Amino acid sequence: MAMNWKIGGLLLGGVFFLAVLLVKPIGVSTQFVILDGIIGDAVNSELVTKTEEGYTSTNAYLAKSNGKYAKSVMNPLNYSFIFVLAMAVGGFLSVLTRGGISARERSIPELWRANMGDGVALRYGAAFVGGFIVLYGARLAGGCTSGHMMSGMMQTSLSGYIFAAGAFAAAIPVSLMLFKKEA
Amino acid sequence: MTSIILAIVIGVAFGAVLDRIGASNPNMIGKMLNLTNLNLAKTILLAIGTGSVLMFAGQMLGLVDVGHMSVKAAYVGVFIGGLMLGAGWALAGYCPGTGVVAAASGRKDALFFIAGGLLGAAAYMVTYPMWKSSGLLDSIAGGKVTLGTVPGSKFEGITALSGDILGIVLGLGFIVLAFALPERLTPSKSELQPAE
Repeated sequence: MAMNWKIGGLLLGGVFFLAVLLVKPIGVSTQFVILDGIIGDAVNSELVTKTEEGYTSTNAYLAKSNGKYAKSVMNPLNYSFIFVLAMAVGGFLSVLTRGGISARERSIPELWRANMGDGVALRYGAAFVGGFIVLYGARLAGGCTSGHMMSGMMQTSLSGYIFAAGAFAAAIPVSLMLFKKEA
Repeated sequence: MTSIILAIVIGVAFGAVLDRIGASNPNMIGKMLNLTNLNLAKTILLAIGTGSVLMFAGQMLGLVDVGHMSVKAAYVGVFIGGLMLGAGWALAGYCPGTGVVAAASGRKDALFFIAGGLLGAAAYMVTYPMWKSSGLLDSIAGGKVTLGTVPGSKFEGITALSGDILGIVLGLGFIVLAFALPERLTPSKSELQPAE
């Protein structure tokens, strides 16, 4: 069902190259922080404030690097945030043009079903917990699969290799433990 | 305005390609990580290699602006965070980018992944001062460094090797690895695996 890896790899590599050529390397996980900041600032407008030089926040993480994140929170129509929204559109159009995903698969992926059964609560709970760990880890690491692993290793950055070593050192054993049956 | 148009064009392309290669499909991620189907790993290796060769060759030829490079800092937390991301990636089958694409493609579990992700990111924002004071965010090996020294780049190299040449060589290495990697690493339970 997935496209041939040779074509897929060239296309994916082409997109990463295009991003560096035209703008900057691709990254995603920061935008979860920006969306959190937007939600947080909507609830409590004191969270992000304008200063004479730019923006700052009562949250130390949003305020770091001279309020770089605080600025994005106040100006969500910036390249990186729109980029992630556009990814969703691209994914949606791609799935639509290949005929969609079955309702059964959309609710619980087949490999999960084969190993963990049909309980939706278990699957949704696992996806939620997984999301929490993934984004906490990504922010601690300063990037995720796209920013650190793909963009980082592509640029021969040391941090990309350190990140990839950590990610696979945990991901493979966890997956081997969870998914013993093949779907 | 130009940057917004570029964000839309490159973002749409990235989202579509992630879907077509199966990266936003938790079954493909699971099969890659439990080593039963490495097609996605081959795709990713080829992509890193292709991107690297094009970028460094382009920089050598002066066609790609070296100033576009953006190297992240190396610190102990990168490894710890990598371990966490890896564990969650295996459990959920999604990483931040592919989770967004999967949710947009109608996968309901991906919506829970994103909700968990927003909470996880918020939890990090709140606990950031603790990590900061722990010293685990302090740069190691020079911080924002590349393996070779890239001419014209604002990032330092950990070796004096030509960063452009090294980038192309490593890129070719990734491509060779993509071809050399077998389709699966664990023994097949039956000789007759159903076709994908």
